[in-house]
Amino acid sequence: MTRYFEKNVAVSGVGQSKLYRKPTVYPFDLCVDACMAAIEDAGLTPADIDGVACWPAAPPHVGHGTSSASTTDIKNSLGLKLNWYASGSGPAQYASIINAIGAIAAGYCDHVLCYRAEGERWVPTYGRAYVDGSMPTAEGFQQWTLPYWAPSAANWIGLHADCHMRKTGISREQMGMIPINQRRNAGLNEAAVYREPITLDDYMNARMVSSPFCLYDCDVPIDGSAAVVISRLDVARERTRKPIRFEAVGSALHDHESWFCRTDWPNMALNDAAKMMWSRTDLTAKDVSTAHLYDGFTWLTILWLEALGLTKPGETGGFLEGGQRIALEGELPLNTNGGQLSEGRLHAFSHLVEAVRQLRGEAGPRQVKKDVKVSVCGAGGGVFGSSLLLVND
Amino acid sequence: MTELLPRPLPNINEMNRDFWCGGADGRLHIHRCGACKRWHHPYVAACPACLSRDVKAEPVSGLGKVKAVTINHQPWFPAVPVPYAVILVELDEQEDIRLPANLVNAPVEAAQPGLKVKVCFQQYGDIFIPVFEPA
Repeated sequence: MTRYFEKNVAVSGVGQSKLYRKPTVYPFDLCVDACMAAIEDAGLTPADIDGVACWPAAPPHVGHGTSSASTTDIKNSLGLKLNWYASGSGPAQYASIINAIGAIAAGYCDHVLCYRAEGERWVPTYGRAYVDGSMPTAEGFQQWTLPYWAPSAANWIGLHADCHMRKTGISREQMGMIPINQRRNAGLNEAAVYREPITLDDYMNARMVSSPFCLYDCDVPIDGSAAVVISRLDVARERTRKPIRFEAVGSALHDHESWFCRTDWPNMALNDAAKMMWSRTDLTAKDVSTAHLYDGFTWLTILWLEALGLTKPGETGGFLEGGQRIALEGELPLNTNGGQLSEGRLHAFSHLVEAVRQLRGEAGPRQVKKDVKVSVCGAGGGVFGSSLLLVND
Repeated sequence: MTELLPRPLPNINEMNRDFWCGGADGRLHIHRCGACKRWHHPYVAACPACLSRDVKAEPVSGLGKVKAVTINHQPWFPAVPVPYAVILVELDEQEDIRLPANLVNAPVEAAQPGLKVKVCFQQYGDIFIPVFEPA
């Protein structure tokens, strides 16, 4: 097989800030914490970093909101000397990483700092934007959903889940194993914002947000940040502490870019990304030791399991039944840090940080006991989808 | 006529005017390729199937079926009582023309996959929001 260039690139450092459910520390400062932690974890200094990237774009000199750290401000705070920098569009939450691999392939950089900075909780109107009775103008993509009082991805993905659940017979009891398992994992993760166990009764009795999703199916918005250093493999092996290599990436979007009008709906962009990723490696789904799959909503984790071939469509409900197979000691440990449903919403970056920790054997009390050789990360849902396959070699 | 609930309204531009304002004639307008006759939504300036530039809005039958339903319980908008149904309608003309919408003139429980529906409009000034009622 072609030696695709991502195989010559590694994650050399990972870092995460403290996560806050309520506004406590200015979100930009949390991103600086995460970046410094990632650089230090690699055994590098900011003087070694020659590239920076984030997704989505953040406005300069605004350190809160959906994307709370611009590359401008990170560069200026860390005194980075950059050969390349990028922020904004691209294949979903891992766009910065996939772009950084390209920049390293082109020879622009040796060490690219990539991060995700969440500062929505800092915004006083977060989640309550319309309580004063005002009606927003429906712009861009949201013009198709907002006029129908469907402002949230819970509504859009709820439609998807409704169709898929009826077709495949997955029950809410089976789906509930995902948040229940993740809360158990979060109990072993001091960084997680929710650590108290939940039961199936708690799940089935929780208030509904948009059917079939209850409160526990929706991730937990926080202020916080996660960062990684992406390095050229040969340099990383000489200079950094414990690099974890990329085996393959998926960034494809082949069908119509739409939440509702793909020709193969209810497939999503993530189906294209997963297929591309497996086309770039000799490894298969059977080789995966741990899975770290996007859980903005429980449902997306189910779709990632199926798209990656970790479960067969129609059999995922049975696979989840009882929760043992996805537990830390199970055949496919899933979202071992508690994920966005319990640890907090870091848009798949915390999944990547956790995958690297599991592959290094540095996940502490939640370290998977079996030998972790291959981990897969998936990011996004709807029109967003990208995936990473990481190996410990 | 019952008073309409407030809705967030789209900003009208050349890419969406046919869809949001076309209902003034009582019909739903969707873009269609004049060469290969495929329907496209939203706006395209060339047909992605055959690359013809002859794409323009045409009225559709307004008939479709409910493909999926989500019952929204979260009170996002204080003026809008919950729960309410958000439906995804597949138009009879072509199955991948799927429109999020609300079901009107029917109770929330009537929103079920497979329900045959037809378009009707709620007027807010120059904007005619397409919604669906049981056919």
